[in-house]
Amino acid sequence: MKSPIIHLTGVHKYYGDYHALRGIDLDIAEGEFFSLLGPSGCGKTTLLRTIAGFEDVSDGTLLLDGKDMEGVAPNRRPTNMVFQSYAIFPHLSVAQNVGFGLRRSSMSKEAKARAVGEALEMVGLGGYGNRAAHALSGGQRQRVALARALILKPRVLLLDEPLSALDKKLREQMQNELRRLQRQVGITFILVTHDQEEALIMSDRIAVMFEGEIAQLADPQTLYRRPATRRVAEFIGMMTFLPATVRGQEVEVAGLGRAEVEAEQCPGGLSDGDAHAGIRPELLSILFPGEETTRRVAEGVVEELTYYGDMTYYDVRLEGCERPVTISMKNMPGRPVLERGAPARVAWDARSLVIFG
Amino acid sequence: MGGNEVLAERARNWGRFARSDAARGWLLVSPTALYALLLLAAPLATVLAFSFWTQDFLDIDRTFTLNNYREALAEPLYRELILRSVLIAGAVTLATVVLAYPIAYFVSFHVRPERKSMWIFLITIPFWTSYLIRVFLWKVILGFNGVVNTSLQGLGLIEEPLSFILYNPNAVVITLAHAFAPFAILPIFVALEKIDRSLLEASRDLGESRITTFFRVTLPLSVPGVAAAVLIVFIPTVGDYVTPRLVGGPDGLMIANMIQTQFLRLNNAPMGATLSVLAMVTVGVISLVFLALLARWLRVKQ
Repeated sequence: MKSPIIHLTGVHKYYGDYHALRGIDLDIAEGEFFSLLGPSGCGKTTLLRTIAGFEDVSDGTLLLDGKDMEGVAPNRRPTNMVFQSYAIFPHLSVAQNVGFGLRRSSMSKEAKARAVGEALEMVGLGGYGNRAAHALSGGQRQRVALARALILKPRVLLLDEPLSALDKKLREQMQNELRRLQRQVGITFILVTHDQEEALIMSDRIAVMFEGEIAQLADPQTLYRRPATRRVAEFIGMMTFLPATVRGQEVEVAGLGRAEVEAEQCPGGLSDGDAHAGIRPELLSILFPGEETTRRVAEGVVEELTYYGDMTYYDVRLEGCERPVTISMKNMPGRPVLERGAPARVAWDARSLVIFG
Repeated sequence: MGGNEVLAERARNWGRFARSDAARGWLLVSPTALYALLLLAAPLATVLAFSFWTQDFLDIDRTFTLNNYREALAEPLYRELILRSVLIAGAVTLATVVLAYPIAYFVSFHVRPERKSMWIFLITIPFWTSYLIRVFLWKVILGFNGVVNTSLQGLGLIEEPLSFILYNPNAVVITLAHAFAPFAILPIFVALEKIDRSLLEASRDLGESRITTFFRVTLPLSVPGVAAAVLIVFIPTVGDYVTPRLVGGPDGLMIANMIQTQFLRLNNAPMGATLSVLAMVTVGVISLVFLALLARWLRVKQ
């Protein structure tokens, strides 16, 4: 890991009696695309605003580029922010918005105009400079906000749920563009989002936050495959939890059967007694007639199904288990969509399980 | 039979009209329309008509003439009174808006949201007493043996009572600025309330301090409120006559006092009407020029 551009130790934030941040320790590397992910009210926006300087730290230290930010105003920090509402100045043109932060720079007037043009070009808004800010669409406002922040070449760009106001198509397009832009400029991006898919798609690393604490800090793959707690597992993607009993290294999972598990499959450690076995829908598969497998097989009945076109999600009730398991199957030629009540053979692996105590 | 058919046809048409949206629209606006016609348009038209007539001892000579206007424009006293009214109203407007802005800013930015309506309510409390009583109160405050003079003398700051604060234009400006303060505070407050607070944060984030943020973001975005305040204060104060009569002294009299004199003392309603029209035209022209300059200034800023 490269040298950290942001270094937080024991950061607490109180609003009166409300404890918004409860001891955040975090290092964010230079050039990283970092996401703060969590449900609303988990403190992710507070943390971002603390880094930007809009909130002061109640306790603990925040170093930005090696310097203590205690008492440093937002206008004196090497950070720039893209606001959730975009905060485009309605009384200024697009070019004036983008060039807003250049007033204090020593650049000549021509150089400033050129920088504004380049910044607009970079976000795909070349030639929009003379437009009035209030005549822009949501996606264009977003781009203006990005250009306005990036033109100042901050050490860290802070993005506060920048895509949540856009419709699905535009959001997906902007996710790709943001990623591309971040690689191009090489600036550290910190993204706040409540959308787990968005975090997985875009980030190098993700901090999942609940109630003012970081529950897990990991890269997307680790986060998805080896969630640290049941809560993280429930928040990231879909996971079915089946009751299980642990004895030594062996786990008896209701409906599936007996399996030996590795230590890395048990984030909380393995102790004898009752536990829960988590499994992702795509790690189970239904064996259609004629299909054979070397994997383990459990028997069940289709209780419910949801057809998505490319995929079908089945809720299958396994023998000896009250709770149905969710299984996702790709729809392929020659593969039928099962009906409610149809018998289903379910193939699974011991390695697919994650055991929570 | 034919007549009956025509009547039936008319009744059907009337029934259709009565049920239509247009009928409902007329019904809805008719009270206000009637009010506007009777109490605004009719008196204005009467004043305008009078300005083209002539007073002939106790009767009104209703032949059309422009003599009143010729006379009014030739008489230096009238010109001076209109000019003085505009200058006093301008001073009042300036003082009121400059003093109102910090109050509106304070309530909008530094009062907790749940307390704002209480603050606005407190600001309007002076309206609970009569305008006349408030003017008389200023006489007590500014008078020769008034609150200001006795206090300053008691403190030993002045030897003689100050005489420049009552019975002159200064007194008119002070009294009117106080009376019209809420009219200026409210529109500025509303304009400030409408400013998205994240714009101020964005400005800070982009490198501006609190003070430069005020001049680059807050002030330009509150211009509509300031413009409304300027017009709301300027237009009625030009025509005010109670305050100049009571605290203005001979040098503080304004055009409205002359209009009153023409109507009630000199029994010259047409000349009073002419001066009213001239005052209205002056105010109208100044307001339009102000709005045009403002629009141009805003466009230049764009």
